[in-house]
Amino acid sequence: MIKMTDISKSFSGNKVLKSVHFNLEKGEIHALMGENGAGKSTLMKVMSGIYTRDSGTIEVKGQKVDFTSPKQAEEAGIAVIHQELNILPHLSIADNLFLGREETIGRTGILKTKQMEKKTRQILLDLGLDVNPSEPASTLSVGKQQIVEIAKAISVDAEVIIMDEPTAALTDREIDSLFKTIRELQKRGVSFIYISHRMEEIFSLCDRITILRDGEFVGERKISETSFDEIVQMMVGRELGDRFPERKSTIGEIKLAVKGLNRKDCFEDISFELRRGEVLSIAGLMGAGRTEVAQSLFGYKKLDGGTIEFDGKQVKIDTPRKAKEMGIGYVTEDRKSEGLVVDFTVEENVSMTNFAAISKNGLISKDKERKLYDNMVKRLGIRTSGPDQTAKSLSGGNQQKVVIAKWLGIEPELLILDEPTRGVDVGAKKEIYSIINELAERGVAILMISSELPEVIGMADRVLVMHEGKITAELPKEEMTQERIMHFATGGGKLAVEKQ
Amino acid sequence: MQLKNNNQSLLQKIAPFIGLILIIVIITILNPGFLSVSNLMNVLRQVSINALIAFGMTFVILTGGIDLSVGATLALTGAVTAGMMASGIDPIFAMLLGLLLGAILGAINGIIIAKGKVAPFIATLATMTIYRGLTLVYTDGRPISGLGDSLTFQMLGKGYFLGIPIPVVTMIASFGILYFILKKTTFGRRVYAIGGNEEASILSGINADRIKIYVYSLLGLLAALASLILTSRLNSAQPTAGEMFELDAIAAVVLGGTSLTGGRGWIVGTLIGALIIGVLNNGLNLIGVPSFFQQVVKGAVILLAVLLDRKKTT
Ligand SMILES: Nc1ncnc2c1ncn2[C@@H]1O[C@H](COP(=O)(O)OP(=O)(O)OP(=O)(O)O)[C@@H](O)[C@H]1O
Ligand SMILES: [Mg+2]
Repeated sequence: MIKMTDISKSFSGNKVLKSVHFNLEKGEIHALMGENGAGKSTLMKVMSGIYTRDSGTIEVKGQKVDFTSPKQAEEAGIAVIHQELNILPHLSIADNLFLGREETIGRTGILKTKQMEKKTRQILLDLGLDVNPSEPASTLSVGKQQIVEIAKAISVDAEVIIMDEPTAALTDREIDSLFKTIRELQKRGVSFIYISHRMEEIFSLCDRITILRDGEFVGERKISETSFDEIVQMMVGRELGDRFPERKSTIGEIKLAVKGLNRKDCFEDISFELRRGEVLSIAGLMGAGRTEVAQSLFGYKKLDGGTIEFDGKQVKIDTPRKAKEMGIGYVTEDRKSEGLVVDFTVEENVSMTNFAAISKNGLISKDKERKLYDNMVKRLGIRTSGPDQTAKSLSGGNQQKVVIAKWLGIEPELLILDEPTRGVDVGAKKEIYSIINELAERGVAILMISSELPEVIGMADRVLVMHEGKITAELPKEEMTQERIMHFATGGGKLAVEKQ
Repeated sequence: MQLKNNNQSLLQKIAPFIGLILIIVIITILNPGFLSVSNLMNVLRQVSINALIAFGMTFVILTGGIDLSVGATLALTGAVTAGMMASGIDPIFAMLLGLLLGAILGAINGIIIAKGKVAPFIATLATMTIYRGLTLVYTDGRPISGLGDSLTFQMLGKGYFLGIPIPVVTMIASFGILYFILKKTTFGRRVYAIGGNEEASILSGINADRIKIYVYSLLGLLAALASLILTSRLNSAQPTAGEMFELDAIAAVVLGGTSLTGGRGWIVGTLIGALIIGVLNNGLNLIGVPSFFQQVVKGAVILLAVLLDRKKTT
């Protein structure tokens, strides 16, 4: 179907792809794996004409091609769902789906809105999403927007669909329906290239896998003939050991106690305690109100009621600035819109939360700034070409690390992490877990929101499960299982015994 | 944003400079008199007022804002200062009050925009009308003259320092200070951050409202400084002073390569942008282009420069 040979690509002298091979057969689901910054997204962008390669050849159905724009690739039957969403938030869902190929009455340019909305509704229903297509896309959660993107690719009748980390923001249920759709399309002969950092998905969905490391082709395997360990080994070039590193923290006195927090239409009656050195996780489905709780604790969204005690004293946190001064850090969920100034360099991004440390009387000390940057890059293993690389051009996983780096600098006493490992590779995930552990061991209280259940179970001392704005269960480590958490996350019976 | 940043390539950064040189070369070929020292000093003096305002506008635009009220701010502060001086108040004290008034008028813009969450374009369109109206009320539509002979005041617009006109010295000094602020201080960094991503900035603990208010105040202050120079030059305050100055300032900023969406640009570009406009004004006169037609040429040059700039970005 598609054959890429000897593809090389560099950005301003930095070799990102080095003679990479890639072979896609008709009707297969082909996984592409590699660490953050290995070049997966870049390879796909070369394939779809967004970047021009420096050398190598691309053949589609035996014919050499030279796409110079994504439009051409699309015409050749290749659709791409990018890692960074391309949804226009103010347009309706249907408008987004039909963007660039709107159905009109003849050639008048008058839109057949009703008809497009009807089709949209059907396509999305097939994907398990029941929404009103005339609503603006911004009303959808990130996960649902992702599904709209997928629907878009499906509805152009593509022969090859490239998905760059499509499930990073999806809930388990959404993932299930996505996989069903993929398998159905596969039966009709559609081929997929599937990029993901989630090993479980690769094994349950894909037929073959290609692995990249540092821009080089490492190998290709049949999924049925390989193993978890072999793939990790190929990706990182060494044994990784346990997925979740061990933590030896002592749980201390209460750092944060909230009672009866509520915010209209977001969450109500949220009460919990968090101790020093403890990792408390909030699990739940997308849209359960977890992020809103975090934002309110951080002073970014207003609370309508409830009390917050910090170190035993009742406090009012009404701005993020105040939260930061109290020693609270917040690693945001959406790195592009909330976490980074994408035009800033990596160094400048890291500095944004740390002006107090790198300046005196309002003057930035270049030395201190650089030292902070060096420190963070080392501590988190961020892969950059240098302090002056813009955040925009980092790979997704490295962007995530930069957001975490911003908050490590303030030496927080309470760190809120919202989906801290979304889009992060196995090796880096483990590094992030180690950092969380290290912080907890130093007595930092950790509040970790996560949709990845293995992560919740592997990391948390205790988990709160939220459903539609309410806490439906609180489970200690011994009682955490995927089934139980899912049970409460989907609103399943709130058993009296569970609350004790 | 800063020189090192890959995001604005070196070529993109020096493009305005090349443009300026090009225009100077063309004008000099058509009239070599352009390059005489006295004419160049003249150009610089003419540029200084627009440049001062444009420097402040750079800060505002970097945060993603815009200020249409600067021309009116200039007129109102000029009128009030002149009024005080004419009524016998100590001139230095009057000038300081004038500067303070400029900062306050700017702060009002900033507060409406930051706290009232009004779009900058609309907010300053409204205050532009209000400030201009107040000027007319205050002056009753007539110029204010008889400003006395305070040396400091007279020097401000007409004096020389080591052979360089004082307005030019003021412009260069302001440029130096503002360049330093943008490049080396946390305030400058925050200005860029807010323009680049306001949400992320707030979530990083930056008080975006306060920065915005400061930025508009700074622009108001610089507009007041420009108004003192203008009033001194003319020895009177005109109620219609500063009309369209906001557009020249915005043009200078944009010519200098600063993005109107905020977050990207630099003040060196603005200085060059202001010089381009000043050189055009002066040069078109020198080579005898009829004054009505000058406007057309000026507009076309601005458009051309911005189009070229866009080409490079994409
Ligand atoms: N436009 C660009 N300019 C400069 N460098 C770039 C650009 N795009 C990507 N890179 C660099 O190329 C390398 C590969 O990036 P790429 O996005 O392909 O990684 P990836 O394998 O998709 O990683 P992830 O799993 O984190 O998404 C990274 O080091 C990145 O910094
Ligand atoms: Mg990627």
